[in-house]
This record gives sequence, structure tokens and C-alpha cells, in this order.
Amino acid sequence: MSDADDGGGYGQSVEEERAVVFGINFGNDSNMLLALLAGTFLLYLVGGLVIGLPFRGLMNQVGQLTFWIAVFAMSALALNLHWGYTGLFNIGIVGFMATGVYVAGIISKPVFGSGTSAAGVGGFGMPLIVGIVGGMAAAALLGLIAALPALRLRADYLAIVTIALSEIVRFSLLSDTLSGANVGGYRVGLGGGDGLILDYGDPLEIFVRTLSYPFDLVFGQSGWLWEELYINGVVGFISTYIPTNPKPVVDNFAYAAFLLVILGGFYVLITRIGSSPFGRVLKAVREDEDVTNALGKNTNMFKIKSFMVGCALMGLIGILWFGTQGSVTPNTFRPRITFYIWIALIIGGAGSNTGSVMGGAIFAAFLFQGPRYFKNIVETVLGNPSAPSSFGQAMLPLSSGDVLPMLLYTLDSIRALQLFLMGIVLIYLMHRRPEGLLGHRKEAAASIPLTRPVKSSDEDVATDGGESK
Amino acid sequence: MGASETVDRSREYIVEKPMTFALVVVGAVLVLELFRQLLTGDITFARVINLVLDGILRGLVIGLAGIGLSMTYSILNFANFAHGDYITAGAFSGWSVTYIIAGGFGAEANIGSLALVGSGGSVFGGALGINAFDTPLAVVAGLITAGVFTIALALFLDKFVFKPIRDSGGIPLLITSIGVAFALRYLILFVFDSRTRGTTAAGSVPDLRLLFLDGTVVFTFHDLAVLVVAGGLMLGVHLLLQRTKLGKAMRAMSDNESLSRITGIPTERVIRSTWIIGGGLTGVAGFMLVLWKGTLSWNDGWLLLLLIFAAVILGGIGSIYGAIVGGLVIGVTASTAVIWIPSGFARAAAFAVMILVLVVRPQGIFSGRSTA
Repeated sequence: MSDADDGGGYGQSVEEERAVVFGINFGNDSNMLLALLAGTFLLYLVGGLVIGLPFRGLMNQVGQLTFWIAVFAMSALALNLHWGYTGLFNIGIVGFMATGVYVAGIISKPVFGSGTSAAGVGGFGMPLIVGIVGGMAAAALLGLIAALPALRLRADYLAIVTIALSEIVRFSLLSDTLSGANVGGYRVGLGGGDGLILDYGDPLEIFVRTLSYPFDLVFGQSGWLWEELYINGVVGFISTYIPTNPKPVVDNFAYAAFLLVILGGFYVLITRIGSSPFGRVLKAVREDEDVTNALGKNTNMFKIKSFMVGCALMGLIGILWFGTQGSVTPNTFRPRITFYIWIALIIGGAGSNTGSVMGGAIFAAFLFQGPRYFKNIVETVLGNPSAPSSFGQAMLPLSSGDVLPMLLYTLDSIRALQLFLMGIVLIYLMHRRPEGLLGHRKEAAASIPLTRPVKSSDEDVATDGGESK
Repeated sequence: MGASETVDRSREYIVEKPMTFALVVVGAVLVLELFRQLLTGDITFARVINLVLDGILRGLVIGLAGIGLSMTYSILNFANFAHGDYITAGAFSGWSVTYIIAGGFGAEANIGSLALVGSGGSVFGGALGINAFDTPLAVVAGLITAGVFTIALALFLDKFVFKPIRDSGGIPLLITSIGVAFALRYLILFVFDSRTRGTTAAGSVPDLRLLFLDGTVVFTFHDLAVLVVAGGLMLGVHLLLQRTKLGKAMRAMSDNESLSRITGIPTERVIRSTWIIGGGLTGVAGFMLVLWKGTLSWNDGWLLLLLIFAAVILGGIGSIYGAIVGGLVIGVTASTAVIWIPSGFARAAAFAVMILVLVVRPQGIFSGRSTA
């Protein structure tokens, strides 16, 4: 109740329009986001310095953090298109990601026999860009299949259909039947439980080499941008600070930076969609589907289109996220990843793009990567003590007042406990701030301002019906 | 009636209900394929019977757990994604007690290890000789504990988690229940570790081996236990809801909560009864599931949850008979699907059946929205 008293309630007062969180006024949302990111990276750097992480480790941590922030922010943006704009309750995100990365892998993997010898199945050997487009198209198509029956139904039914579909995708990836077959002379398949080896080359290198075409013409050297600028220039420069094998660290960084650029693209795309006439219909569907229907809009078409676009983006994220790790296994794609993204979106606030990015960043930094980093820091400070192997062994000394084993066990199981923590955070948010950090400023569906026009004071009210003017 | 008229009518039927017609065709193909396999000897009659039996027992457990889900879904209007973890919580609490009693209260092993259901590989259910025939007391005590603990858990979570935001609509409640599911599941993982443990002395369970045409049909004592417990509880719930005012009040509430409050139905008490009945059945279902399959793991309930949702939607949300029938259909589908498709797709087949039902008849077999 105290919230409502000091003006922090649900009212659309002028005060609410400013980016005020925890009593700090940030001016606007972008400043708040920048302040948050700067603070997060500072915290990570300080944490790294505390445990005396070498420069290499520190850079790795920062690169990883950037990667996770970009990935979760992108996912939250794509989900925002579904849930924040259109009101489609999709909890099968991970299924679309898996479809994207698997299809891209199969299209772009080298033909069987010409790639790594460890690969059980080959691919079609097409360029990676074809694979990416194919993966996105496949994810969109799966979205269409999910949407056709489910859009006629209530939101909670759509939820159950999408999560069931994502599990069907996972079972299919796991199945021995689809693990490998000859299709038109190519030996291709999903790889079954062993997963798929993504031996199409380093996506970063492929990307830079593609960018390099105009430079190649000028300098007359193949892959100039990659060979000269990246390997000799950037990696060479960094090697003065990290003498041994600097390339992986730089690769991590460069890829994370590349993802940030794509994140920018996502932000622009979703914001443009949101403010377009198409987006206004989506928001109208979210507010009241029947009214939108009555106004002559084919809401089903709009919902299907929005769903397919979002699913294609999720497929792309799947490729960007999992496509660089050398291989994918089906059991990576468990529903918990879907819920990570939901938590990110809810932290930021559904309906707000800046909020989605912020939610992704907060989730990545403090709920996903944070606890693991914290564990590293504490363990290093304590000198890597050995923790009890089970809860029972940790409980026993507790009766004699020794809490250390329990604390060590807690620290050791941080990967389980961080999910527990996520659950608690989700419950807390739904109780205390269901609109998220920025969700209370949902963009209105109308294209004109809905605020009451300000009346200028020097103008008299026309009591005579305006005849005197 | 001429032949042409019949042809016309069937043509009309195909045009009007293409999905239903397609389903009938698919069903006929499946039956023909089954006959072909039986005739060519690809599959024995006894194996079919065994698969159906397995499906029925699995379906009874799903149905038992589904009753609770269906009731909360219709009365509180939200899909409770934490339901699967209620099952796991019930199973762990019950088996903890079963282990302690079967282990002679610490006589056969460290009582802490017993209470943690042999976490870290310290005690094995097989070594304690647990089964419903040899250690009936431990099993019954565990069964009761599972029910009571899950009731307490459900009431606790309702009071502190769901009740404060009950008016904010189905979707916020659904999202909150996902949070509850995460918290519960990983708390269980934290305390009981991630190992899948064998809980029963599977070899020493008495069973009945019937010779049937071309093979043996096996029916164990644990199968009987599931049949008796699930059947008995289902009958009990049926009587409770048909013969008492509570059942009528529940039906009224799922139709219109405001109206039922105006007419003097103590809605809060009805909601509490719903959690008590649903929670108790869920906990018992979790315990029986573990007794029946003989293994216990921290994500058992979560893995079962989607099948339970499938059963509840199939039967029609709010109908307990729907949940039971839906459970049986889903259970038999998941078990017998291996006759036609590779075993990796058995669960996928059950989900596909659910999606199909949502397309053809979204209101479910029993049309839903009536708790009885």
C-alpha cells in the first residue's frame, strides 16, 4: 500500500513518464540502460580484480558477459514482439531456436566425407548465409504450423501447444530414426542423441571474409579484412598484452561485439514494426481482439504474421547462440531456456523494447552469469576448498554448529540454486512489479497522442456557440 | 434410400467435417496396420496386451494427478505449471518416510541417508527390500505422508503465492506458477541431488504370469496396487463431488465465482477444499508412480506434467471424469505408440494427440467447465 501513497502506483501521472527506478532519476530510458550496463561491467571488472584474475581471464569474462547480454536481450526482443505487442503466449521459444540452428547446420555443413571425420552425418555444403536464411525460414514455418491450430484458442492453450511442440522438436532431434539418411545422394540427418557437429567453419571468419570482398578487389588479396586487419592488426596488437594464444580471446570479444551490432538491428526492426500500421494493429489485438476484428481487421492473419516473424527471429538467435559452439546436442534445448527468456522479458517489462534489452542484460548479468562468477570469486578467495558431496554430509556438521560445510555445499550447487533463485525472482516480480521495470510505459496502439490537448489560457470558452468569432 | 443419396450424404459429411474424416481414416489405417503386424507375426498378441496394460496403469496415475490440475484449472482459472513439481515433492516426502520405516528407523543405515532417500548413493531401495508386498507398512505410511505433505505444500503455496494475486488473471498466475515450479524443482535437486535412484526391490515383487495365445502377460503386485489405489480414490472423489454440497458448490464456482459468492457459497473454503483434494491426489499419484516404475528422480513430475496437461485438455478442463478418461487415452497412446512408430516418438505421439484434440474439439471430450 505504501507504494500507492508515494505515487508509485499504477496512475499515469506525469511523474511516471520519467525513468525513475529505486528513487534514482535517469532522465530517460536509454540513459538508464547505459548506466546499468556500465555499472554491470564495472562490477564484473572489480570482481575480477579482487580475485586477481589475469588480464586474459578478465577479458574472457567481459567477452562472455557481453555475449550473454546480447543473446538474452535479442531473445527478449523477439519474445516482446509475440507477447508484448501481440499478446501471444509463446513458451516454445527453444523449439524454434533448435529448428533454426539444426536446419542451418544441415544446409551449411560440408558434404558427408569432406568435413571432419568425427561427423556421423554430412550436410548439403551450401554457404552459411543460405543456411541462416533456411534456418530462419524453417523456424517461421514451424511457427506457422503451431499458429494455425492454436491461434483460435485461448492464451493458455497456445502456451501448452507451443511447449508441447518444442518438446516434440527435441524428441525428433533425439530420435534414432531421423539421425541419418540419404536424401538425394547426400547423407544428412539430425544426428540423434550425439547431436550435430557444426563443421561449417568459424562463423566470425566467414562473416569477415564476406565483408572483405570490396577490399579484396582493391588490395588484390583474398580475405584482406580477415588476414591483414583482423589477424595481423587486432590479434597482433592484443598479443602484446596476452602473449600466448590471444586469438580465442579476441574471437570471443569480436563475436560478442558482432552480436551487439545485431542486437541493435533487432531493436530497430522491432521498434519499426511496433510503430508501423502493422504494429498498431498488433497492439490493438493485444488490447482487444474482438474490437479489432469488428473494425475490419483480419486479426488471425495479423497474429500469424507476427508469430512467424518472431519465430524466424528466434531461429536466427538460435543460430547466433548455438551455432558457434562447434556442435549442438538435442538436450541443450530443454524448456528451461524458454523460461530464462521469459524471466528476462518480465524483468524488463513486456511491451517495452528498451525494457526487453534491459531485462536481458539484468538477467544475463545477475541471474545467469552472475551466480557462477560469484562462485568463482568466493572459491578463489577461500582457496578452492572441497565441498561436501551431498546435502546429508553438509547437514551433519550443522548440528554441532559448524555452518561452513553447508555454505560450501550451497556454493558448490550454485547451478541448481540459481534456477531456484530465478523462480523466486519470477514470483516476486509477479507479486510486486508485474509490469516489469519499464513495462508500465506500454506504447499506445493509437498513432496520435492520447493525452488531453492542452487548452491555451488566453482563449475564451465559446459560450455563444462560437458565433462571435 | 438410394445408393446415390448415401454417396451424396457421405460426400457432404467429408466436406463439412474434413478433420474428423481425416482422423477416422488415420484411425482405420492404424488398426489395419496393427492387424497386419499381428497376422505376419511382427508383434505378438501378448505384447499388445502388455502394452495396453502398461498404458492403462500409466494412464491411471496421469488421471489421478490430472484431477487436481483440472479442478484448480477450472475453479481458479489458471494452468498450474507447478503441478508437476507437486508430484515430485509428494513422491520425495513419501519415499523419505518409506525409506525410514523400511530401514528400521536408522537400524539398517544412517537415518539421515534414509530421510534423504539415499542421496549420494548411500542407501538403495533394493537393498532395503522395499515393495508393497514385503513391506506394506512402510509403503502405506509413505503413501499417506505423500498425500498429507502435498496437501500442506499446496495450501502453503496458495496462501503465500497464489492467493495474493488471484484477481490479476489467468496469465499472471500461470507465469507465477512457472516460478513456483522452478523454485520447487531446484530446491528438491539441491536437497536430494540429481541422481535417479532405484526405489524398490523390483525382482522380489510377486507377479502373475498368464499364458495368452502366443506369449505371457505379466501383472505384478505393484500393478494391482496402482489399480486399487487409483481406482478407489477416483471412486471416492466421484462420491464426494456427487453426494455432498461441496461438489455442487465447486460446479457453481467454476461457472461463475461472483454469482456463487452472492448466493452464499463460502468460496474461500471451496478453494481450500479444491487444493486439499487436488493436492492429496497429486501426492498419492507421485508416490504410486514411483512405486510402479521403481525409480525416483528430481524431474519426474515435470516430465509427466505435459502428459497430464494433455490428459486434462483432452478430457475437458474442469471435468474429473474427463481427466480420468483423458489420462487413460494419453497413457495408452504413449505406451502403444511403439507398435506403429519408433519408440523415440512415443511421448511426441501423446502430445500430437493433444494438439489434434485442440484443433478438432478444443472444449475436450467431456466439454469441460463442470467439476463433476
